[in-house]
Amino acid sequence: MNVVTPFEGIGASVRRKEDFRFLQGRGAYTDDAEKPGQLYAWILRSPHAHARVKSVDTTAAASMPGVVEIYTGADMAKDGVGGLPCGWQIHNKDGSPMAEPLHPVLAHDKVRHVGDPVAVAIAATRQQARDAAEAVVVDYDVLPAAATMAAALKPGAAAIHDGVAGNLCYDWHIGDKAVVDAAFAGAAHVVKFDLVNNRLIPNAMEPRSALGEFDRTTGDYTLTTTSQNPHVIRLLMGAHVLHLPESKLRVIAPDVGGGFGSKIYHYAEEAIVTWSAGKLGRPVRWTADRTESFMSDAHGRDHVSHTELALDANGKILGLRVSTQANMGAYLSTFAPCVPTYLYATLLAGVYTTPVIYCEVKAVFTNTVPVDAYRGAGRPEATFLLERLMDVAAKQTGIDRVELRRRNFIQPDQFPYQTPVALQYDSGNYHATLDQAIASADWAGFPARRAEAAKRGKLRGIGCSTYLEACGIAPSAVVGSLGARAGLYEVGTIRVHPTGSVTVLTGAHSHGQGHETTFAQLVADKLGVPVAQVDIVHGDTAKVPFGMGTYGSRSLAVGGSAMMKAMDKIIAKGKRIAAHLMEASVDDIEFDRGTFRVAGTDKTKALVDISVAAYVPHNYPIEELEPGLEETAFYDPKNFTYPGGCHIAEVEIDPETGRAAVVNFTAVDDVGRVINPMIVEGQVQGGVAQGIGQALLETCVYDADGQLLSGSMMDYTMPRADDLPPVSVATHTTLCTHNPLGVKGCGEVGAIGSPPAVINAVVDALSDYGVAHVEMPATPAKLWQIINSGRRAAAE
Amino acid sequence: MYDFAYHKPTNLADAAKLLADPDAKAVSGGHTLIPALKHRLNKPSALVDLSGIAEMKGIRREGNAIVIGALTRHVEVANSAEVKAAIPALAYMASHIGDVQVRNRGTIGGSVSNNDPAADYPAAVLGLGATIHTNKRKIAADDFFQGMFTTALAADEILVAVEFPIPEKAGYAKMKNPASRYVMAGVFISKGAGGVRVAVNGAGPCVFRQADMEKALAANWSANAVAGIAQSADGMNSDIHGSAEYRAHLVGVMAKRAMAAAG
Repeated sequence: MNVVTPFEGIGASVRRKEDFRFLQGRGAYTDDAEKPGQLYAWILRSPHAHARVKSVDTTAAASMPGVVEIYTGADMAKDGVGGLPCGWQIHNKDGSPMAEPLHPVLAHDKVRHVGDPVAVAIAATRQQARDAAEAVVVDYDVLPAAATMAAALKPGAAAIHDGVAGNLCYDWHIGDKAVVDAAFAGAAHVVKFDLVNNRLIPNAMEPRSALGEFDRTTGDYTLTTTSQNPHVIRLLMGAHVLHLPESKLRVIAPDVGGGFGSKIYHYAEEAIVTWSAGKLGRPVRWTADRTESFMSDAHGRDHVSHTELALDANGKILGLRVSTQANMGAYLSTFAPCVPTYLYATLLAGVYTTPVIYCEVKAVFTNTVPVDAYRGAGRPEATFLLERLMDVAAKQTGIDRVELRRRNFIQPDQFPYQTPVALQYDSGNYHATLDQAIASADWAGFPARRAEAAKRGKLRGIGCSTYLEACGIAPSAVVGSLGARAGLYEVGTIRVHPTGSVTVLTGAHSHGQGHETTFAQLVADKLGVPVAQVDIVHGDTAKVPFGMGTYGSRSLAVGGSAMMKAMDKIIAKGKRIAAHLMEASVDDIEFDRGTFRVAGTDKTKALVDISVAAYVPHNYPIEELEPGLEETAFYDPKNFTYPGGCHIAEVEIDPETGRAAVVNFTAVDDVGRVINPMIVEGQVQGGVAQGIGQALLETCVYDADGQLLSGSMMDYTMPRADDLPPVSVATHTTLCTHNPLGVKGCGEVGAIGSPPAVINAVVDALSDYGVAHVEMPATPAKLWQIINSGRRAAAE
Repeated sequence: MYDFAYHKPTNLADAAKLLADPDAKAVSGGHTLIPALKHRLNKPSALVDLSGIAEMKGIRREGNAIVIGALTRHVEVANSAEVKAAIPALAYMASHIGDVQVRNRGTIGGSVSNNDPAADYPAAVLGLGATIHTNKRKIAADDFFQGMFTTALAADEILVAVEFPIPEKAGYAKMKNPASRYVMAGVFISKGAGGVRVAVNGAGPCVFRQADMEKALAANWSANAVAGIAQSADGMNSDIHGSAEYRAHLVGVMAKRAMAAAG
């Protein structure tokens, strides 16, 4: 009989099963798989941000040692290879669809950003492929580039895509402008504020990699790739790019070393290696070096916004007006259009009872790497805007910044709460998370700490952010009506083996999240099978039913819910088998963690007795019940989930150098029911690290010609351990009301809640310098500039 | 990287012969050269690995100087009892170069002969008034650093050791570039038999001496003496991490902090 210690179920900090192999270097990543006869692809990328490709001469390259083939965009076009598809269609204010220009796998008429793939050299070794790619002669006619949205929108700017007027992808809005304008007309205070959400480069630890294989016997293709969602890649690449039936295409995403969104999308290199493998009949592999990662992984954020907030005399918010420009980069990445719209503007109510909101968003093509969802995706942008705005409003109205937030909170008894921007929140308690964070961070004791820091010559500041996000993505019908070209359910299969161990097949994909442990805990909790006897299978379209993958903090809320439904089916069937074996009525069978019991008796059967009976059906109700104990469930969520909470940052700035250091960080998050507190803490810490990175360190910089200046770790400041304070992580739970686990998701809260807390603290630290706002990242040079000009102003 | 021949000579004469090929490159720790090769930014005909040359190794005290062999790794300088006793500022500086991996591989000879404007060692060499020993001659620090990535070394000339006079007092402070952790602005100050020396690294295209600060400190050895001296922003580096004005300002701050460290 299986006995589960209660410590392995829901709420237990079970050590991560997968870490044994990761920590011992035994993970199996895409680039690890050696294949007989494999060839290496090296991709020649554009050195120009915008240029017409006059000719591509591969003659010299093709005759170099080891070279098997050089392919260009013309070769792919000749073969009928399609463009990389976009998975979300946004409509303009006038109802017309967004501009959706072709995104060729290999550029042939034009290149539109530095790093745009132009040709691929395939050779026996990586070095030979690289040598050959360097020998390809491309004749470019360099065109004026638009590296910024301002440049792209300027009248007369060069058109990046033929037929896309003004480089505008879409001009979208949400809310009733007239109603919002009316609310402003009656306001006691109007707060106006401009801000930028800085562009980020994700930099997962494992660079992207892809291996294409073709089986000459069966005609089957296999793509092994660093993906967060292999089924989505199979669908997009099979149906739109290579025109392969899904039955002939297998996509495997093995161990993947971090994604943060950047590995959701279907990238050119996946199509290149798969197509080339078919042409050549040999495995073709490609792995990015870090330089390629910088110039080809989808970037994140990059918004410029103007915002206006109307308040009454008591500080109660009357309305919010936002106008945002969002950078799409040179092409539409897979889910790019939804990020600055339905993952952003719909979040602008935040945790507040703002009655009316109007937001318009212009999405702009520029000669830069495509931008798409990056940890948080739209929600960090909304949160940064709102939570900075609350501090600016507090200053302008003279109301304490914490008090101003409290006055506008949605109250615990107002759920379900319908916002004016489409979302309906199911649960939350924003006072509780704020109270807990304020107490934990000793907000009241801050003035003493500030005074003590001043004695050491440091400027100390404190800031908070009371955030909310929407994740657990997403109800298929809802997102479909908003332009998604995919369903966003998830699938789970529970396979109880004859001797009682369990294999779980899930459409979710783990690339650092700890699914192999968390999901096993669900099985331990519900079926009573020890975690060690539960294996999670993911990341292979040949093994797992069609699932949608991992992003938007959805794996547990959606994928976990599918598993719960499948386990319900296992239990229901098990009860019928148990009833037969114990000669009782099905209605009298109770089940609790691995044990079937005839109610009110000591007659029991363990799960393993049932599984043996199911697979060896000698004594079995075979007339009415099929053998076997395996169930699949698809779960389509009823709503988004709404994690929220309060983050408090405390910073110290060295006024001599301008360097800001986060010295304390407190996170109190409501992520719904917590399955594994240790994993939640790790997720929050990782997210906060990225949020502090955005606030103080990271930014993508292009020069006016579209050259990527922050193109390596030498110039792009990734957060390091010594940039980060110890992060105090706590949770305060209100349950999600609409999924079987009551979970909300924890993958993104850290990256969403933390940036405004840090910048609010920086602005607070600089309160003596008359600073209203500091754009991210608050680098030493930028802060010194502010301090120095403040000093000069005082001196003059 | 591109293909190249690899040689590992065991004496200076053989190494110099191999380096007579203008396209050959010397390598010791390889922490600058190997990444450049990997990025195909450099295409040498041959790498001449100096690590087998015994006479380029070791730390020793010679009279009133510390002589450090070119192959000595940063970690060895940082941990050397000899260096810590004689020139603690030098050991401190070595212990703050890059990160653990860099300090375990990188060598003083490699760093000094590369003369990266944002490297640490050139500031110590110039700030202490060291003498460079090569296979051909001895070169004063003041004559050695000639410009960005440029030194007085001839193509086939090999840096064998660096001789640091032991100062009465010395201190080093730097502001790191937030991304690369190289030096944004650093100041190495010493006072010894040769007088007061103030060397600035990171801020300009090449390590340089700050004459105004030297003069002020010669008259009044105190942090206050440098506090009032403004480094001109003319000719300072300017990039996405900081303006010339910011770097010039940092020179003043780091000078004050180097003085505090020097005591």
